[in-house]
Amino acid sequence: MQTPSELKYSRSHEWSQVSADGKLITVGISDFAQDQLGDVVFVELPEPGRKVNAGEAVAVIESVKTASDIYAPVSGEIIEVNEALLDAPEGINDSPYEAGWLFKIRSENPAELAELLDAAAYIKIAEEG
Amino acid sequence: MKRTSLYETHLSLGARVVDFAGWEMPLQYPTGINQEHLAVRSDAGIFDVSHMGEIRILGERATGFLRYATLNDPAKLRPGRGQYSMLPNNQGGLVDDLYVYCEAENEYLIICNAANIGPVVGQLKDLARAFDCHVVNESDSWALIALQGPGAALIASRVSSDPIVDLKKNRFLNTEISACPVKLARTGYTGEDGFEVLCHPTDAPIVWNVFTDAGALPCGLGARDTLRLEAGFPLFGQEFDATTNPLCSDYAWVVKDKDFYGREHIWGKPCQQKLVGLKMSQRGVARHGYRVFAQEQEIGKVSSGTISPLTREGIALAWIDAEFAVIGQSVAVEIRGQHIPATVVKPPFHL
Repeated sequence: MQTPSELKYSRSHEWSQVSADGKLITVGISDFAQDQLGDVVFVELPEPGRKVNAGEAVAVIESVKTASDIYAPVSGEIIEVNEALLDAPEGINDSPYEAGWLFKIRSENPAELAELLDAAAYIKIAEEG
Repeated sequence: MKRTSLYETHLSLGARVVDFAGWEMPLQYPTGINQEHLAVRSDAGIFDVSHMGEIRILGERATGFLRYATLNDPAKLRPGRGQYSMLPNNQGGLVDDLYVYCEAENEYLIICNAANIGPVVGQLKDLARAFDCHVVNESDSWALIALQGPGAALIASRVSSDPIVDLKKNRFLNTEISACPVKLARTGYTGEDGFEVLCHPTDAPIVWNVFTDAGALPCGLGARDTLRLEAGFPLFGQEFDATTNPLCSDYAWVVKDKDFYGREHIWGKPCQQKLVGLKMSQRGVARHGYRVFAQEQEIGKVSSGTISPLTREGIALAWIDAEFAVIGQSVAVEIRGQHIPATVVKPPFHL
């Protein structure tokens, strides 16, 4: 299971890639999460422009067996979504950290980034289930 | 939690094991549900369904007993033949759906769902008294492996000494696979050609490996569910339950016009709702319990739904008000508050 150390993680299994200036957050789900879900068959993404709060359910990933909410790791505005996933949701399984990214948020509260987990802390949580 | 005799085999294959009706069963293998599904549509897959129940019916009046206890007519069977059937309750619904195999004159072997072994055995025993028949729960004495797909016949004929290719649908024979005695039936639950193989639990790993060595891909209960749904087959607990009248579904043919238990609650009753297929016109996964609408009125509920791994369209089965149960009718399924358009179609969805 891959858990890249340069990313931040949430307890609800999203990863966050923070841009150099700390303002642009790219979000996806972890390798652990996609493996647990199994084959992803449907993705519902937020509308660009939507203002979201940290911890708010903003997207839905459905596997064959279940539907899972995806939560915004930080507050801000959705500025871009990965529309390629609408036709090819399996990208989340095949490439959770690259082709499978879900949406980008322009962060409005840098303090929230400190709340996110590093890879080691996330691995511990994921393994404990 | 119960385990089948193939549990260790599943673990060694890397299966994700889940609780299913009190059994630890493989949901999927590392290949994933979609690839397992497609392997069965294009080649061959195998499934461990040993959790299902096996019940033997014996007695001089066994045929008459099952004519009364079940909805299909076992008098139409001869030794070596099987039929899909159902066990009615006396409230206008079902206890379970079944496969009934005729082993010999007045001897039958019934396959039922794992979750319903208790109620099925209980009701059969109650009804058997009046017919002086024996009802024997043999569920712990049998493993059941399903070999399914267009390549199944080639695999089965390669590993069996008997002429399997000539075996007709719904018939079975007693043969051997790798020196293991098996009952091999040309039946299945995927919409493809295939076989269901009953064997002794201790022989199951041998039979399983013979099939996988011959090219069959191990498939879990996840693919079993998407395959049966794509084929439009009902699953007890989803499409059918203690309140559903099978005469209001595409399986009305199962119910034969004869004296049967609970007949007055099933036969000739008007259908307020009917079981139909739905094809989603937009992306969306309709799931069990989601509401179905027509002209902004709620008309029913989804019983099962998924994205077809083959066509990648949203598909579902649903009980909807009879007046809307017309092929081509436009409806909508409520998914997370949104009404997603769908059309009433006649399953199967994959052909």
